[in-house]
Amino acid sequence: MASILKVDNINVYYGSIHAVKDVSFEVNEGEIVTLIGANGAGKSTTLNTISGLLHSRTGSITFLEEPLDKVPCHKVVSKGLALVPEGRRVFLQMTVQENLEMGAYTQTGKNIAQDLDTIYALFPRLKERMKQIAGTLSGGEQQMLAMGRALMSHPKLLMLDEPSMGLAPILVEQIFEIIQNLHKAGTTILLVEQNAAAALSVADRGYVLETGKIVTSGTGRELLASPAIKKAYLGG
Amino acid sequence: MEFLSYLISGISLGSVYAIIALGYTMVYGIAKMLNFAHGDVIMVGGYISFCAVSYLGLPGWLALILAMAVCTVLGIVIEGLAYKPLRSAPSLAVLITAIGVSYFLQNTALLIWKAAPKVYPSLIPATNAQGEVNALQLFHGQLSISYISLLTMASCVVIMIALTLFTGKTKMGKAMRACSEDKGAAQLMGINVNATISTTFAIGSALAAVAGVLLCSSYPTLQPTTGSMPGIKAFTAAVFGGIGSIPGAFLGGLLLGIIEALAKAYISTNLANTIVFAVLIIVLLVKPAGLLGKYVPEKV
Ligand SMILES: Nc1ncnc2c1ncn2[C@@H]1O[C@H](COP(=O)(O)OP(=O)(O)OP(=O)(O)O)[C@@H](O)[C@H]1O
Ligand SMILES: [Mg+2]
Repeated sequence: MASILKVDNINVYYGSIHAVKDVSFEVNEGEIVTLIGANGAGKSTTLNTISGLLHSRTGSITFLEEPLDKVPCHKVVSKGLALVPEGRRVFLQMTVQENLEMGAYTQTGKNIAQDLDTIYALFPRLKERMKQIAGTLSGGEQQMLAMGRALMSHPKLLMLDEPSMGLAPILVEQIFEIIQNLHKAGTTILLVEQNAAAALSVADRGYVLETGKIVTSGTGRELLASPAIKKAYLGG
Repeated sequence: MEFLSYLISGISLGSVYAIIALGYTMVYGIAKMLNFAHGDVIMVGGYISFCAVSYLGLPGWLALILAMAVCTVLGIVIEGLAYKPLRSAPSLAVLITAIGVSYFLQNTALLIWKAAPKVYPSLIPATNAQGEVNALQLFHGQLSISYISLLTMASCVVIMIALTLFTGKTKMGKAMRACSEDKGAAQLMGINVNATISTTFAIGSALAAVAGVLLCSSYPTLQPTTGSMPGIKAFTAAVFGGIGSIPGAFLGGLLLGIIEALAKAYISTNLANTIVFAVLIIVLLVKPAGLLGKYVPEKV
């Protein structure tokens, strides 16, 4: 399997706070890889660094054989790497459709109408609400919008930061189903989750972050079965 | 009839405030900073068009275009040199820088054009070559509206409509709104935030040039401090209407102009500004976000 993303020894700081320490991992084409860990472990910091919102002091990030270190944040998405950020961060004062159009910002000259149809077919709820202001959507609908918006850029690798946060169990199930469907359709996925059980059960491989460091890694099944992981993240 | 005439002069003055306020509010909406130098860009626009007409003998419309071009470049340069390096600095530092830029522009103008006021050649003079008044006479001459007032009001409406369409319908305009809400998320979409902020300054400064030419055409004394008071009034208008909101700046500007003109006419010339700011305070007490400022609840 070809590597699509290679994170090599990154160190990220917020001022004097050392949030990510010597982190290295890899995502291969066609995989679902998950990054799990407790609050404040450095999961979001890692994803934000990969997408260029934050910068590492050391090491390198390689996406599709190309170094991302010198690429400004706004040029990352057109390389095929999209992030659904923590807390959704949809544009609350813009309509659902406008949010999706922003997702297609880099798709100049392509058939955006057709992509919109694809997204609306995936999320029928969004179609019903296409003219509605995103700030009036429910939390679950906003999560779907954030995912749809990211998909409008045709990512080769989709990074999701806690897509299940604050959602009712039924919606969590739906979101995970969508993630698996995207994966079947050929999108590689890097998934950050608090909900470790759900994440590990869909993931090919997983990495466990603890206070900024990767402490364990393995296949989804191995990690699910590991007593230490069970104890720390799966509630016994 | 007298009232109507005061009202119209208020709307005309308010239109200038509105055009300035639109620039203020766009820059605030996207860069989240109060560009206190905005008023001084008006003054620069005034001087550039003054020189173009008086020294180069250019026609008024060409002088206007020249002023817009110079101010656009000035806006981009100010943003790039003074504000961009402070993008992640505390807002107080940015505010103080803006005040510094304001003084810098005023003092540079003082050096180049001296303190003595210039008499500005109006875009449409009060009377034409034949000595006839350039004004629309209504009700058998009882109500006279100067052509420059009509032009000012029409420009304001056109600018307001153009900006609304721009931000509502074009890709660049939508990208601006996205930046104004969440710069990080906008970058994740592939939007170049720095370029967007630059563009916003360019548009705001071009509008300031238009405001400068229209303002000086109606009130023809031009000096280095010409932009300060209209700048502050327009800032007030933007807050009054709801800062960050385009229709809000338009409405705020018009209302401010009308209140000022009527207060001058019926209450006291000296108290006019006091009354304007008193109304602002009352409005903000009742509606802290301004007349059209919106509050969007955030979902977690
Ligand atoms: N903007 C910031 N300024 C200072 N410190 C920060 C900032 N953002 C995060 N941190 C710190 O960096 C560490 C890692 O935070 P991060 O958001 O990456 O954690 P996380 O694993 O995503 O947690 P969660 O599951 O709660 O989202 C934490 O200790 C946090 O306090
Ligand atoms: Mg997080």
